[in-house]
Amino acid sequence: MTERYSALALARHAATGAPWPRVWRKAEPKPTYDVIVIGGGGHGLATAYYLAANHGVTKVAVIERGYIGSGNVGRNTTLVRSNYQMDGNTQFFEYSLKLWEGLSHALNYNVMLSQRGQIVLAHGPSQLDVLSRKGNIMRLNGIDAELLDRADIMRLLPYLDYSAGTRFPIHGGLLQRRAGTARHDAVAWGYARAADRLGVDIVEHCEVTGFISVGNRITGVRTSRGDIHAERTAISVAGHSSHIAAMAGLRLPIESHLLQAFVTEPIKPFVDHVISFGAELFYISQSDKGGLVFGGHIDGFNSYTQRGQFPKIQAVAECAVALIPSMSRLRLLRHWAGIQDMTPDGSPFIGRTPRDNLYFNGGWCYQGFKATPATGWCFAHTIARGEEHALVRHLALDRFERGNGHDEYGLGQWTYRQ
Amino acid sequence: MNTGSANGPTGNERMLKIVCPNCGERHYTEFRYAGDATKSRPRHGSADLRAWHDHVFLFDNPKGAHREYWQHVLGCRQWLVLERDTATNTTGRSWLASEAAPP
Ligand SMILES: Cc1cc2nc3c(=O)[nH]c(=O)nc-3n(C[C@H](O)[C@H](O)[C@H](O)COP(=O)(O)OP(=O)(O)OC[C@H]3O[C@@H](n4cnc5c(N)ncnc54)[C@H](O)[C@@H]3O)c2cc1C
Ligand SMILES: [Zn+2]
Repeated sequence: MTERYSALALARHAATGAPWPRVWRKAEPKPTYDVIVIGGGGHGLATAYYLAANHGVTKVAVIERGYIGSGNVGRNTTLVRSNYQMDGNTQFFEYSLKLWEGLSHALNYNVMLSQRGQIVLAHGPSQLDVLSRKGNIMRLNGIDAELLDRADIMRLLPYLDYSAGTRFPIHGGLLQRRAGTARHDAVAWGYARAADRLGVDIVEHCEVTGFISVGNRITGVRTSRGDIHAERTAISVAGHSSHIAAMAGLRLPIESHLLQAFVTEPIKPFVDHVISFGAELFYISQSDKGGLVFGGHIDGFNSYTQRGQFPKIQAVAECAVALIPSMSRLRLLRHWAGIQDMTPDGSPFIGRTPRDNLYFNGGWCYQGFKATPATGWCFAHTIARGEEHALVRHLALDRFERGNGHDEYGLGQWTYRQ
Repeated sequence: MNTGSANGPTGNERMLKIVCPNCGERHYTEFRYAGDATKSRPRHGSADLRAWHDHVFLFDNPKGAHREYWQHVLGCRQWLVLERDTATNTTGRSWLASEAAPP
């Protein structure tokens, strides 16, 4: 059992020099569990934690192919927000943001939530109309939203390009003050530690290679470290969703694409908010280390390589300089990619599958990090009760069969355009 | 040209290049991606909703060999079929979509 983090514990370790214990046990897989969660990303770990914390289901294993934090949970740009406009999304993401607000205390682990505010920019009157509609929807749902005009933005973000000749003049924006960033690794480690303290086995370097079944019922998984049996099995493998589901004979409405992220050399505090460009998919924030962290669209063709293409660097750099001209003087420090599970309507899936006792969570597109707490909460409920949590009923795997696509951006059914 | 190392990318993973049967090898940014080329559209007028659903919304999304459509929008504007390994981005053969796959 790991010890509780507190000021007292800190003083004790400082005084005695005693080493801190491992953050979570190195678990060996047992032959049987109540629940197996495949995938030790943020979602899998949060699901395991809430299974134990909310439902008393503690005979749980999280089976992770690599190490904790090696997937998208450690690769994303860490934005958390709840500025959505479709019923279902609005309530789900606000529930998630509320969980974020108490997460460090709940987990006894500092996830470094920084509610620095997110500003979405409008570059013309019609775009500002769209944002004001979104803001009204948010406020009707009790979510904070403030409409900003050009003067407000000039005061808050004095370093943007306000010159007369700019291609995308800044007209206004929508501010959600409660939005911001969180430390992504800490989210993974915090959930892992909290789940471990409740008895969950976190099994790293163990790859699921198939399923064990009796008729239509899934009764366990085959892994690189032997067979493991379980009453219920849950898939939560992000970019590998189709790959794993195929092992259970399922074809999903998901395609795997690359999303890249970029970070510059560190500079002094400069960008105090999260800013989203309105003329392209481009967003930027500054990390605590000082690097400007930004990202754009997926590369545009399906791939499991986890390695981005160069032209994207130019595309995002153009956006960066169009928005913040002084960024042209900065050097790019690193860029990397994650395998992102894209869906035909840009919305994810949480729920039961056509196979008995097999549950699925995935298809998170660009938005899975902010969803982590609510996904874990709702997916754990779904697995423990065998029935979908009310907040995720609109995210059923078979929704397209019933004509119930949930397309927040109205882009049509192309995974690679979401 | 990078030929790859034990843990590094091969040349093909670094930069995706596509051979257009008309124009030769070009950078992928000259092309528009258009998805899985192994899917076949249900017949016009077909009332089989399951077949339409599967065609529009479901994907094999394999980790490995993939046949896909690209259109050479900044070149000859022809549609082609490309073989590509989605796990490595290594490309294989390509041919015009209007023609049968080479043997
Ligand atoms: C560059 C980038 C930027 C992003 N920015 C944001 C953002 O700003 N805000 C936001 O909300 N979202 C963002 N996202 C999306 C978000 O990161 C993901 O939706 C989310 O992390 C997915 O859930 P996860 O954390 O569980 O995934 P992961 O961490 O990818 O977890 C899945 C795990 O499954 C494991 N796995 C796969 N196959 C197997 C197997 N056979 N056996 C066992 N384990 C297996 C993988 O190794 C992996 O660890 C971004 C994504 C990327 C790539
Ligand atoms: Zn051509």
